[in-house]
Amino acid sequence: MAPVIEALDLHRTYKTTTGTFRRRSLEVEAVRGVSFEIGEGELFGLLGPNGAGKTTTIKMLITLLIPTAGSARVLGRDVVDHAMWVRQRIGYVFGGDRGLYERLSAWDNLRYFAELYGVEPRRQKARLEELLDLVGLRGRERERVEGYSRGMRQRLHIARGLLHDPPVLFLDEPTLGVDPVGARELRAMISSLKDAGKTVLLTTHYMFEADTLCDRIAVVARGRIVAEGTPRELKASVASGSVVEVEVYGIEDDAVERLRSIEGVTAVTVEPRDHAQVVIVQAAPGHEPAQEVLARLDGVSVGRVSSREPTLEDAYVALVTDAPATQ
Amino acid sequence: MRRALRAVVLGGALHFKQESRNPFFLWIVICTPLVYATMAYFLFRGGQDDATLVTASLGSALMGIWSLTTTAAASTLGRQRRVGILELLVAAPTPFWLTIVPITLALAALGVYSLATGLIYVTVLFGVPVTIANPFAFCVSVLPMILSMGMLGFLFCAAFVRFRSSWMVGNLFEFPVWTLSGMLIPIAVLPVWVEPISWFVAPTWGMSALREAALGNASPWDDIGMCIALSVVYAAAGGALLRVFLRSALRRGTLALS
Ligand SMILES: Nc1ncnc2c1ncn2[C@@H]1O[C@H](COP(=O)(O)OP(=O)(O)OP(=O)(O)O)[C@@H](O)[C@H]1O
Ligand SMILES: [Mg+2]
Repeated sequence: MAPVIEALDLHRTYKTTTGTFRRRSLEVEAVRGVSFEIGEGELFGLLGPNGAGKTTTIKMLITLLIPTAGSARVLGRDVVDHAMWVRQRIGYVFGGDRGLYERLSAWDNLRYFAELYGVEPRRQKARLEELLDLVGLRGRERERVEGYSRGMRQRLHIARGLLHDPPVLFLDEPTLGVDPVGARELRAMISSLKDAGKTVLLTTHYMFEADTLCDRIAVVARGRIVAEGTPRELKASVASGSVVEVEVYGIEDDAVERLRSIEGVTAVTVEPRDHAQVVIVQAAPGHEPAQEVLARLDGVSVGRVSSREPTLEDAYVALVTDAPATQ
Repeated sequence: MRRALRAVVLGGALHFKQESRNPFFLWIVICTPLVYATMAYFLFRGGQDDATLVTASLGSALMGIWSLTTTAAASTLGRQRRVGILELLVAAPTPFWLTIVPITLALAALGVYSLATGLIYVTVLFGVPVTIANPFAFCVSVLPMILSMGMLGFLFCAAFVRFRSSWMVGNLFEFPVWTLSGMLIPIAVLPVWVEPISWFVAPTWGMSALREAALGNASPWDDIGMCIALSVVYAAAGGALLRVFLRSALRRGTLALS
């Protein structure tokens, strides 16, 4: 079966200027050779650090940006040559509280976009009510958007993206800044979209979200895909090796460096947790670094030590911190 | 065709609603005519005949409409670019110009408030009530006037989409349009070579139609015809420009600021 979304060696550079008086033009290579295929009904995740080029890739796919090189197809048609055709069949939702007519009600916002998306006038009212029910905004739809909370705005965005019932959806960080309960509801909604047979491209910075929702994931770093596979495959790619977490109270950079130099250690990260920090040490398969780690932390005040199987987040961190080597 | 019309009417209503809740824009439409009318008053202090009075009041009102259309169109588009609405409008499967035309039309229509302030204020200032000789023709003439302002604004908007700093150009054009269309001072006062240029400025004909309807000494209908015809030309030119500029914005990635 032909893929629904196809990216073929996409490139995108931006020209920007720096300086106020002595202006210099600068080229930013945001995307440098991204290729992937997404099949019908698949939920595909695009993960990567800030500035990796995820949004840029999505904008090329949804016809808002013309690729500098390479091409992309949605439902078999080129996104540059058949922009209108593609626009009719895709929905786009971005995270954040922008993109709405602030002084108008949710109803007016949706109504206008229903018109722009060619929802039949006779069907509009029913469709809007259906969507307001789906995203849980029913009863608040006559209030002005400027008074909406972050989560309500995000729901409104999702309703807007679904107005024309598109078979293909692009969701760029749809749960950004939504509270945990709201985010859980949104995830349930995204999962139901998949059940309804829609093809979804999702970006997120929440690893467990990608883990639970996505069929397949591509990790992007510095404009390139550094790994691709199912969440299980990605975990396995850094797996077999274990992860050691050590709670410490005040750790110096040179101690971290000492840990990095342990044989078999692939990544060391330090995260603050409560009043302490947690040092997360990832090891390559066949290495059990726990003993050595503790030995090298001599002199550092150490709390709880635990060893566990890697999560998607560990896989992600390993992939992304490895990325410079792949350039 | 039906869909295009619906998109423009609905979009116009939506933007009218959104922008009429913008206190800054309301301030512009209500206050600018006061300033312009005062200026006109001192410029023409000598001649207090009916024609001058009507011209001054209409002129100050129309200057208010045009001020609002240029400054507000630029700031509205700038804001829509900042908050990402511009991208959403482009991403929708409706031709882009059908989403921009309603913005400038709505702003020009919002400017009609200034027609009321202009007429009332001049009446108070000059102490003579402005009488409208042909009220029906006058009311009808308001529509092509809005259309012409809206379409001239649309022509500028095409540039805003491509050149982010073109709002300055928009403001620069505030004055030439006032002058060329005879809002500020009668065209007859200007150098002769200006007059032919003013024929290509649609609001000139709108202004002239309104004046004739108000004074009742000539028929406004041919002016209305010219005004509509030129507006259609502007719409077509704006549409063509917008196509080119949008494509260029998609190439350069200037549609959004994030
Ligand atoms: N319109 C633009 N003009 C210039 N540079 C841009 C523009 N948009 C993005 N960039 C640059 O391109 C790079 C990739 O940005 P992009 O928004 O695609 O990243 P992202 O993966 O979506 O990041 P995030 O996780 O923060 O959303 C960044 O370096 C960014 O500064
Ligand atoms: Mg992004």
